[in-house]
Amino acid sequence: MYIIVVGAGKVGWNLARELLEKDHEVTLIESNRRRYLTVEQELEHNVSYGDASELWVLERAGIQRADMVIAVTGDDEDNMLICQVAREKYLVERIIARVNNPRNRQHFDLLGIKPSVSATDLILRLLEHEVPEYGLVHLLDLQEEQLEIIEMLLGKDSGVTGRRVGDLQMPEGSLLISVLRSGKGFVPSADTVLEEGDEVLAVLDPGKEDDLKALFGPEGNGSNGG
Amino acid sequence: MFILIVGCGRVGSSVARAMLREGHEVSCLDEDPESHARLEVGLEKSWEDLGGQFTVGAGLETEALVAAGIENADVFIASTDGDNTNIVIAQIAQRRYEVPTVIARVLDPLRAEWYQRQGLHTVCPTSVAIDMLESAVRDSGGRGGTPGETAEAA
Repeated sequence: MYIIVVGAGKVGWNLARELLEKDHEVTLIESNRRRYLTVEQELEHNVSYGDASELWVLERAGIQRADMVIAVTGDDEDNMLICQVAREKYLVERIIARVNNPRNRQHFDLLGIKPSVSATDLILRLLEHEVPEYGLVHLLDLQEEQLEIIEMLLGKDSGVTGRRVGDLQMPEGSLLISVLRSGKGFVPSADTVLEEGDEVLAVLDPGKEDDLKALFGPEGNGSNGG
Repeated sequence: MFILIVGCGRVGSSVARAMLREGHEVSCLDEDPESHARLEVGLEKSWEDLGGQFTVGAGLETEALVAAGIENADVFIASTDGDNTNIVIAQIAQRRYEVPTVIARVLDPLRAEWYQRQGLHTVCPTSVAIDMLESAVRDSGGRGGTPGETAEAA
């Protein structure tokens, strides 16, 4: 594949190196002259000097034949617009944008820039996973498919411990897909009785998290099931 | 009309004053609190006394845009010193807040033209300067010409 990477910071430089090792054709674009000269010593002709916000810089890098554009500069506006232009003007099929400030993710979504990757968000997810008090962990967002998979740890005050899965009134648009108990996972049946310490995985429509939290969290109304 | 101007530099502040003078409601948003002083250049009263609004914040911050009144704006002008910022916030104003008139200052002529074709109203000072310089050169008569006329034509 021919891949253009914009921004030769730590992320861009290492990414370009890895992609080159995997035998992809790569152009790394960097707008800071000193940084460019540093990186050029290693990557040589694979790095190009210029401001990739400017169309002619992208064209000089051969964006017309690029299979993928990855924008990982430290500036969210730059990343958004480089990807927008790549997709809408040059019809590049695959784009990936880095989100520096997670609060800007809504703007990436608004402009249709996806997938977008935020290191801060990823670390937050890990934190959620490592600190179960958060209660509900997003494992996977399938935005195109409009589905999410989440994990919940059942504490001792959970409203569903001791209940049969068949008796739970699962919110519409959600499904219990697996239970992790004592390090082992299994697919629950209607007769499975949930226990304290179980980790349950559910697939759901986006926006149903709160309903599920209410059901599985403390004093959930799981007993209403019938 | 209610006009929201993001980026209160030389351009933004001048447009803001002119629009206020013409009787419009004007709100300015800038991340630099000092830019408030630029608004009051040549004014006999304070910006607020004259009915103007000023908010400190970045154009990408949703809270700042809302505080500056984007939800009620009839006109949105993006005139920060960054092309990329202007293009992004203009699209936010257009798509998310559905402001009826959105204008972005874009210094890069190539992108100003492309985004214009995508339905964003862009104003490109660079293109204007290029046109003016070109016609000033064409209108000059060389050593035989009259420099006074040239200056006026420009």
